[in-house]
Amino acid sequence: MMQGGAINRWLPWVVIGLLALFPMVESNFYMQLLTKVLIMAIFAMSLDLLVGYTGLVSFGHAAYFGLAGYALALMGPKYEAASLWWTLPGAMGICVAFALVTGLLVLRTRGIYFIMVTLAFAQMLYFVFHDTKLGGGSDGIYIYAKPTMNFGETVLVNLEKLDQFYWLVLFFTAGTYFLLRRILGSSFGRALMGIKVNEHRMRALGFPVFRYQLASFGLAGGLAGLAGYLAAVQFGFVNPEILSWHQSGAVLMMVILGGMGTLHGAVIGAFAFVLLQEVLSNQAWFGIAAKHWQLAMGILIMLVALYLPQGLAGLMTKFGRKPATEEAVDD
Amino acid sequence: MTEAILRTEGLTKRFGGLVAVSDVSLDLHVGEVHVVIGPNGAGKSTLTNLLSGDLPATSGRVMLDGRDIAGLSSDQISRMGVGRSYQKTNIFLPFTVFENARLAAQSRTPNALRVFSRAEQYEAINALAGVALESAGLAHRAQRVAATLSHGEQRQLEIAMCLATQPRVLLLDEPLAGMGPHESQRMVELIGKLRAEHAIMLIEHDMDAVFALANRLTVMVNGEVLETGSPEQVRSSPAVQAAYLGGEELLHE
Repeated sequence: MMQGGAINRWLPWVVIGLLALFPMVESNFYMQLLTKVLIMAIFAMSLDLLVGYTGLVSFGHAAYFGLAGYALALMGPKYEAASLWWTLPGAMGICVAFALVTGLLVLRTRGIYFIMVTLAFAQMLYFVFHDTKLGGGSDGIYIYAKPTMNFGETVLVNLEKLDQFYWLVLFFTAGTYFLLRRILGSSFGRALMGIKVNEHRMRALGFPVFRYQLASFGLAGGLAGLAGYLAAVQFGFVNPEILSWHQSGAVLMMVILGGMGTLHGAVIGAFAFVLLQEVLSNQAWFGIAAKHWQLAMGILIMLVALYLPQGLAGLMTKFGRKPATEEAVDD
Repeated sequence: MTEAILRTEGLTKRFGGLVAVSDVSLDLHVGEVHVVIGPNGAGKSTLTNLLSGDLPATSGRVMLDGRDIAGLSSDQISRMGVGRSYQKTNIFLPFTVFENARLAAQSRTPNALRVFSRAEQYEAINALAGVALESAGLAHRAQRVAATLSHGEQRQLEIAMCLATQPRVLLLDEPLAGMGPHESQRMVELIGKLRAEHAIMLIEHDMDAVFALANRLTVMVNGEVLETGSPEQVRSSPAVQAAYLGGEELLHE
């Protein structure tokens, strides 16, 4: 147990250190791919907070991801760079607010109904952006200039530079990981885990379950917004597809693939999903099958669900480590 | 006689056409164990659920300290000092025994702002959890995962969690069910000790325990109160003897 705790303490730092060195090895295609992976890791961790720790299976998490992207595109001046200092908190704030408002309604449902209602809200947002002029309709909006991160006259981070953007994303991914780890180890986090395991008993013990769930929902929405903002910066445009149900499904698959209820599992799931997507859709390797990469992905997800119910992170347990939920409870 | 801390007036619960609890009036006093007995299906557990807020009453009132709490949610009622244990063990199976009790104790403190500090660093909460486990006789199992406990030990944990919330009113729904003789004895002693500072409603089938503990006894049949009073009064009541105690297996124990 002690050993597990020690590994828990230094392993994330080693991984972050190695990732920080990556641009020295390759600073083009693979670094950009890794940037995408890290952004998806934030997105997956934010969903895992709901699915794996609060027991709320949301099938509309892309709503917050996409909303933040649109917020950046719409808040900034059209042809000039916006400042990250206010567009990022602004975009995340909008996501938190939207999550709290939708949370007030969706959290009154449970199980399959919760899945359907979260999906419905995300689809509503999708059609708002798809069918109105607000966000450029189905074509979306281009973000011509990356946001700036200046301190006075000094350029703190230049987001146009791919390696600097990579490090910034890595910083946010690590920050999200440690923030969530901290929160999950707190009284608040323990209450969430209690709600996931036995909501009824938590209520009988005097916990205002709804408020805890709402707080978790808001936090997850805000962090999904962070991921969506960074994704919009990376790709330089937003369109309705980023908040479609495919996206909600993809992030759910990342969480399942990596292992629900473990933060590192969500990160591993994001790595695995994005890399698999890249490999399976490689025409040089898979020819005609590459076009139908979703088929192969679906089969892989099914195999994981059948034979690795604790996901890829569960593989680590087989080498003598306990799942994080248990660790968090008794370490 | 002290003022009743919890009192019901005409409490009724209907499930469609079935009247599970019909016009029940009873009161609980600090320093007393009020035992409710009755055959299966008499409405005892439903009554508990009405008092704890797990179910909304169809009509009638539940007065706690003179305030009507019928209609409040179970978490509100719990925070007002009404703790309950469940007939069917209702604990956090994947967590350690200590974490089960610690969560229960944590519920007594406002912790919305405690988002960044480790859950275990609050000595007062840990102490409360420790004392509750000690009282229920589970201190030696603190680090075990709850799912690995024996059935009797899980029953003890159920009580420990209830105690860790520091209730004034205890609603115990068949706490001895499934316990061995040694554990039962221990639990009867514990309930006897808790009586001094709590108002206790005890639902129980074990007649030795019932008559060892009861200050007041209520017999329920088909959702209605058949008789209520001191154990002697109830024992000698012709209605009870005819309807319930007479030929029933319950008294043979």
